[in-house]
Amino acid sequence: MNYSIKCKIIVGGRASGRLLATKQPINFLSSVDHSTGMITDKNHELCGRSLKNHVLVFPYAVGSSVGAYSIFALKSNSVSPSAIICTSKTDITTASGCAIANIPLLELCSDRNIPKFENYDEGIIDGISGILQIKKV
Amino acid sequence: MIVHLTREEEDALDEKHGQSISIAYKILLSIGKATNAERLIPVDWVHLSGVNYNTIGEAGVNFLTKYSQEARFVVPTTINPMGYDSHKQTKLSNNFKRQQGEIVKAYEKMGSIPSFSCIPYELFQLPDRGHNVSFAESNAAVMANSVFGLHTNKESSLSALASAVTGKAPYSDLRINSLRDPKIKINVETELNTELDYGVLGYFSGKSVRESCVSFGDHTSNIDMYKTKSLAAALGTSGACGMFSNKEINGESISFDREEAKSVMDELNTTESGDVIALGSPQLGMYELKLLSDMIGDKRFSKKCMIFCPRSIYEKASNSGIAQRLENAGANLICDACTCLSPLLTHEEYDGVITNSVKAAHYLNKSNGVSVCLNDLRSIINEYTK
Repeated sequence: MNYSIKCKIIVGGRASGRLLATKQPINFLSSVDHSTGMITDKNHELCGRSLKNHVLVFPYAVGSSVGAYSIFALKSNSVSPSAIICTSKTDITTASGCAIANIPLLELCSDRNIPKFENYDEGIIDGISGILQIKKV
Repeated sequence: MIVHLTREEEDALDEKHGQSISIAYKILLSIGKATNAERLIPVDWVHLSGVNYNTIGEAGVNFLTKYSQEARFVVPTTINPMGYDSHKQTKLSNNFKRQQGEIVKAYEKMGSIPSFSCIPYELFQLPDRGHNVSFAESNAAVMANSVFGLHTNKESSLSALASAVTGKAPYSDLRINSLRDPKIKINVETELNTELDYGVLGYFSGKSVRESCVSFGDHTSNIDMYKTKSLAAALGTSGACGMFSNKEINGESISFDREEAKSVMDELNTTESGDVIALGSPQLGMYELKLLSDMIGDKRFSKKCMIFCPRSIYEKASNSGIAQRLENAGANLICDACTCLSPLLTHEEYDGVITNSVKAAHYLNKSNGVSVCLNDLRSIINEYTK
């Protein structure tokens, strides 16, 4: 079943990609390989998965303030997520990194029931209207 | 919630004052939306991270080189450590040194104070309590809020850069007095003795809370600078929390007992011993250098030892003879750099690094790929000096 969710727009733009969802926060400096986009932290449930061209759905970034440059580096190396959705509070590292890298960034409104995001479903982001559309694959 | 910009701020966003200022306002607007700010407010000091080539890489160098052609800082701005001590011989590649040089040049051009330190609070006369600042570098942001009464969110390298160029930051979260009260408490149910114990507590707490301010009750009321820095750095490394407090609360609480401490050690303590001791993440200040030198006494390190501190602290320590005592004990004092993410500590060169820093242990394990033997300072000195 396909469905749409209204989100808060942090950084606008349109994008789409397969969902890559996790409930664990990410430290973009220490847990991601900036040249390949792979998550390398053995303690992270997405370890071994690539961010490249995916719609990353995660709660918020943790740790290093340099994570903003890490997001920019992922984009410069063409291995960044195509869009990011924060499911909790959007943090400053993710917001500033996406602003510089022009990666659409949405936040799920906290008063809504958060659906269970299935990896491999397709997400289409309209960062102008703030609509996240999910297509079951 | 909408971030209301003044006419002048709108103009700046629309590139009427140049592209670099417009980019800075674009960043401020995105973090303003993210943190539900209604407006921007002035800040009196900025501390920047994103100086070490090992962390920002080529993409960062390219960005800063271009950005610094036009951008200029409008408030006092200190900067984080870089990758190495340029006054000392190093085996680092010429490419690394050249790229690091480009970064330093870009920050200089924009008008930074060449502090190369993650502990600006021990080196400079910062604004008085209650003033707004923008501190990136997670330990410095947590220390500024929790110990020095300054108001900052846990800024990123880029959000703090935007503040340095505009002199502004979104009025939100830890900048608002009523939001600086802890909403959650960590109930410490085990004994805390060493600086490592406080680091472990900080790392656990950062992982466990998503609130911006956490209470440790009276466990943080009378602790020395080493323990405070260890706690703040670890809290900033594992989480999004930007402040701790000793205020008691009646709300939600999380228990921290031996089991929780053990889970942190199981994650970060990845080898039994190592071939080099690395101290200083955050960089050591005068208090810690003196403590260390008193602990060592007339003994010498039985392993290679690197001590990371700011250059101005090293000069003070030289004047008082402490630096010479540490060097006579076999330690190598390295300025302008820091243990965490140092290109001087690689898995090609070292099988294991011995340290008391939880923050260093996180980055050495996960970014540098080096195994870490995590122990408290007293135990390290007892075991590895004779």
